[in-house]
Amino acid sequence: MDVLTLSRIQFGATVAFHYIYPPLSIGLGIMLVCMEGLWLKTKNPVYHQMARFWTKVFALTFAIGVATGIVMEFEFGTNWATYSRFVGDVFGSALAAEGIFAFFLESGFLAVLLFGWDKVSRKTHFFSTCMVCLGAHFSAVWIVVANSWMQSPAGFQKVIHNGVERAEVTDFWQVVFNPSMVDRLSHVLCGAWSAGAFLVVSVSAWYLLKKKHQEFARASLKVGLAVALVASLLQAVTGHTSAQSVGKNQPAKLAAFEGLYQTTSNAPLTLAGWVDEKNEKVDGIQVPGLLSFLDHNDFHTPVTGLDAFAPEDRPPVQASFLFFHGMVAIGFTLIAISALGFLYFRHGSLHERRWLLWILVFSVLGPQFANQFGWFAAEVGRQPWIVYGLMRTPDGLSKIVEANVVLTSLILFTFIYFLLFAVFIYLLNDKIQHGPDDADLIPSGKLALPDELTQHKKT
Amino acid sequence: MTFDLNTIWFILVGVLFTGYAILDGFDLGIGALHLFTKKDEERRIMLNAIGPVWDGNEVWLVTGGGALFAAFPNVYATAFSGFYLALVLLLVALIFRAVAIEFRSKQPMRWWRQMWDIGFSAGSILSSLLIGVALGNIAWGVPIDASGEFAGTFLGLLKPYPLLVGVTTVALFMMHGAIYGVMKTEGELHGKLRVWTMRCIIFFVICAVTLTMATLLYVPHMAARVREHPWLFSIALANMLSIANIPREFHHENDGRAFLSSCATIITLMALFALNIFPNLIYSLPNPENSLTIHNAASSPKTLGIMLIIAIIGVPIVIAYTICIYWIFRGKVKMDRMSY
Repeated sequence: MDVLTLSRIQFGATVAFHYIYPPLSIGLGIMLVCMEGLWLKTKNPVYHQMARFWTKVFALTFAIGVATGIVMEFEFGTNWATYSRFVGDVFGSALAAEGIFAFFLESGFLAVLLFGWDKVSRKTHFFSTCMVCLGAHFSAVWIVVANSWMQSPAGFQKVIHNGVERAEVTDFWQVVFNPSMVDRLSHVLCGAWSAGAFLVVSVSAWYLLKKKHQEFARASLKVGLAVALVASLLQAVTGHTSAQSVGKNQPAKLAAFEGLYQTTSNAPLTLAGWVDEKNEKVDGIQVPGLLSFLDHNDFHTPVTGLDAFAPEDRPPVQASFLFFHGMVAIGFTLIAISALGFLYFRHGSLHERRWLLWILVFSVLGPQFANQFGWFAAEVGRQPWIVYGLMRTPDGLSKIVEANVVLTSLILFTFIYFLLFAVFIYLLNDKIQHGPDDADLIPSGKLALPDELTQHKKT
Repeated sequence: MTFDLNTIWFILVGVLFTGYAILDGFDLGIGALHLFTKKDEERRIMLNAIGPVWDGNEVWLVTGGGALFAAFPNVYATAFSGFYLALVLLLVALIFRAVAIEFRSKQPMRWWRQMWDIGFSAGSILSSLLIGVALGNIAWGVPIDASGEFAGTFLGLLKPYPLLVGVTTVALFMMHGAIYGVMKTEGELHGKLRVWTMRCIIFFVICAVTLTMATLLYVPHMAARVREHPWLFSIALANMLSIANIPREFHHENDGRAFLSSCATIITLMALFALNIFPNLIYSLPNPENSLTIHNAASSPKTLGIMLIIAIIGVPIVIAYTICIYWIFRGKVKMDRMSY
């Protein structure tokens, strides 16, 4: 294999593995804020127990997220040096801002979140939890800013610097709020909230099935299902606006998502199907006009097809199509699952419906696969460009790095990441089997000093 | 010397990497010393001494890397693609260190803990060594071609001088970490760490003297600026005095002051390094005219200005809450249910 293929496999594999963890950190961050907030509000000790238990899971995902995240930052330079020279002026600022505004906040207050339980007051601890959650969200903001700029570049000009062309910032806020950023960010965040919420739902459903820690499981399900339902509904909304933004900013990508070869009015939406790349058509169930409607809010407006682009400017159609449709299918399934779970939970009969509990146990895989598929669709659909319309992927490679060197690092990372994943699953399973600590029902240290006790005496 | 945006960013990137060396330096040092104690309880105390803070400390490296990418993209691209294998090794070392801290005490089995202990220690030593070797290569000079690309080989990076800088970095971090460990522990382990600290100080002084001699003899351009401006010798003098002050304070059991002297040692060493490479960021040997400087490798003035605003807003906030967090976790390590 050549350097290009190996470098693309390496970047794809390392970023896909990395992306198992940040959504869990963001989503569990939201869950921790809800749980601890509920504890402060209701004083119900089970919420304290929940916050303590999920903090341990959070720590596990966070550590691997940090460890695998540095790899990404280094790879822009090691494998994509020419790309880095071209975009450093624009792209580098977003990464540096991520460090300053997000990572410091996250990792600094993580110390208090994990180890400060007995050392600080309730309010300080809750504040730290909020800051960790905010930091995790900020990191999503900046990294999506950077990636969206690669999808819909704005706020820059091309300048010759030392005889080499590069992109230079002309308007920082146009770089940040580039045309696809807000839609993509909201879509990414909803996906992350789903990842965290469905993890909580899955573990709680399993406890109910095994008739263990039932009070804990019910309280966790209440918070988990509510967040899961809201997140998956919002996911459909943000997914719709993101797709419209793709149609506007990257029409070739949208055409590949839908396998639309001919520019047509009354364009059909494929619900499920398969691209016949040779005959340039899609086999499957189609609804006439729906794609036109979704893209332009009108059944008759034409949607740009792949025929508007030279063959060398088209993304791989089959892969884009399948990843995109896989993501959408999972998204709608998750809405159904969380809605059913929520309704039966409100009805009080969820614990009797073992079939639904089993579905909820496995629902944790849904957001994970949908998040991965979504990113694969977004990045495969951007091809053949590394920066859409500006730089082709092969032109971004490091000039001096050889295939055997990349192969070495690829083998090394693959080996290490399999090891990490095995250990992660082993430890996660261990924590879940062990379950919440009964000792956590009673807050200790400074947290045990209830500020309302003194107030009670007064009243 | 004009004080333009490029110079300011040279200093800021230097500050970020110095911050990294001071903060993660003691984490890496604790890691390097980790296997010297055989007792599980003592290893746990060592881990928990850095437990709440190592993660935030590593962010200084991540942010330093981001700042280098943003301010001097050509340096970032040349160095990272040129030092490919070395950086992959550094990544592997940092990954093992990070997950070993998190995983180690999660299971009681002996083989499990031993495995992650080795991962933690080897990861820490290898990280320190590679960071030092990278600095050593930048001091010595690396082959750069006319288009600004690295023109050497991986093995070419392992010359004696860079390796000496690498070993000195390991020694420096071990000393720094040992003193930090003394501050955070009590009882038997505290006594052990006192003995190790003295040995680490001796190890570091031997390395530092050898490195100084080697630099003056073989890398004369790394003393050029101080030679031209004799008043800068005051920094070299300050460096010598802060090194000498470490054993002095340590002997009087002023551990906090010994630690501050160790910090001052790192700051003055980095200052000497930065002063002598300025305005180069990567010195090209054998063709100095191909060197990557703060001007030919920089982003546009507009971006440097925007980044400066980001830094002015962000850095004071970061420093403020970092100090608060260190304050919360001050004093000796106390183990509880949440500890590693």
